[in-house]
Amino acid sequence: MKKTIYEINERIKSGKAVVFTAEEIISVVEEKGVKKAFEEVDVVTTGTFGPMCSSGMFINFGHSSPPIRMNKVWLNDVPAFAGIAAVDAYIGATEQSERLGMQYGGAHVIEDFIKGKDIVLYAESYGTDCYPRKDIKTTINKYNVNQAYMFNPRNCYQNYAAATNSTDKIMYTYMGTLLPEFGNVTYSTSGELSPLLNDPEYRTIGIGTRVFIGGAQGYVAWEGTQHDPNQERLENGVPVGGAGTLALIGDAKKMSSRYIKAAIYEKYGVSMFVGVGIPIPILDEDILLKTTVRNRDIHTLLVDKSGKEDLNIRLNYEQLRSGVVEIRGKKVPTAPLSSLKFAREIATELKSLIQKGEFILTEPVEKLRTNGQRLNKLEEREVKP
Amino acid sequence: MKTIKVSLKYPLNSITTPLVSTLVKKYNVEVNILHANISLNKIGTLIADITGEEKDIEDALDFIVKQDGIRYKIFSNKLIWQEEDCVHCGACTAVCPSNALTMNKETWCLEFSKEKCLVCGLCTKACPLNVMSLQA
Repeated sequence: MKKTIYEINERIKSGKAVVFTAEEIISVVEEKGVKKAFEEVDVVTTGTFGPMCSSGMFINFGHSSPPIRMNKVWLNDVPAFAGIAAVDAYIGATEQSERLGMQYGGAHVIEDFIKGKDIVLYAESYGTDCYPRKDIKTTINKYNVNQAYMFNPRNCYQNYAAATNSTDKIMYTYMGTLLPEFGNVTYSTSGELSPLLNDPEYRTIGIGTRVFIGGAQGYVAWEGTQHDPNQERLENGVPVGGAGTLALIGDAKKMSSRYIKAAIYEKYGVSMFVGVGIPIPILDEDILLKTTVRNRDIHTLLVDKSGKEDLNIRLNYEQLRSGVVEIRGKKVPTAPLSSLKFAREIATELKSLIQKGEFILTEPVEKLRTNGQRLNKLEEREVKP
Repeated sequence: MKTIKVSLKYPLNSITTPLVSTLVKKYNVEVNILHANISLNKIGTLIADITGEEKDIEDALDFIVKQDGIRYKIFSNKLIWQEEDCVHCGACTAVCPSNALTMNKETWCLEFSKEKCLVCGLCTKACPLNVMSLQA
């Protein structure tokens, strides 16, 4: 027996869909068995809330009078990319303020925008016959721009290496502050609740999948940058390294600042916490079984961020979440960087939206790649003058 | 009775007076060592709560400065955690030296123990959302 997304959506629309979060489903299947649980369960919801640097927002400001072809744009003093049409721009999450540096960045602009605050727009131009104006300074907000949609080239990394530091100096990294001499280990995942760890072979999550992003409904737009499905995988299909990623799109005007938060990593820079929840339609028993993955069955590598030592240590998320792991006989404390509390809130919120009939599932229009091109390295080639 | 939190900096040369036991025996104060990192030929630190009568604490601090090269600093700051803005990511727990900041393993909420806090300020920098600050 297989179910279809159409059938599941009919049940969602009539308010009868049976939905569990990816944490809850573990005990449901344990108690009822896969067959019985499959008959009953329609959807499993996942969630994640972590720093995702590869995020940003497109904005169309509307035309001023007289009009300007903006070729340089700043939002609250943070440069935005304006190398597109006259009044379009893209503000990247990690871009830093001209004056404040990493104390305020693109992610802060996006968070302020979502909160409905006024943002100072300053733009310059060389002036053209059709767009004579050479500069403009005004304020914009989410109520007066035309479009504002988040387009995040890489979110929801399927899995991620844990980090430590073998040197005798403290390291400030995007994986947090790493204390010297294996003083700590940091990791970033929602583990058994994480979207792509519950659909490890991308059977239901694909291009066109409707997702919960930043409190709004958005879509998987494409495979994410650095999508690399050819990772070593365990028998359960779960990759040991990074593997799959998603490019996501969503209406920033409808997002909530609860699920989009600017972040600053000391001496590293600006990033942005993005809250994502993805529903998994339970179309067959295998899909259900994959959603019962546990932290102990998800492995990752431990990487020395100084690059000095090849540790060759593999850890599972039950070990990492226990608070202590062992490196060469030394007990080392661990710390998470993504919020499990918020990930749970997102998976539960998505569950509730589906139960109320307010979130309808979509069939992917195209599957994510499960093989093909591996990650290329950037070669340094001779440049001819 | 009152309690103060002090940080002692030990010099490179060795200290021959048994400091903590003298404080306890002679000055009638209680010393609760929160953090210690003292080794030969290295500048060391000791962070402790000292509890006792006001006069005894004063005398104890006088005694400490008379030791060769030891300096002390009283922590008058306290750590302020803006809990309502916290996302409970856990980045601060990576640097907290005294386990004052820990993750609850059930709820995965951040928990803060004021008693264990050394007021070192490491978490204020490690927090990506800037919800930790030191206040005088």
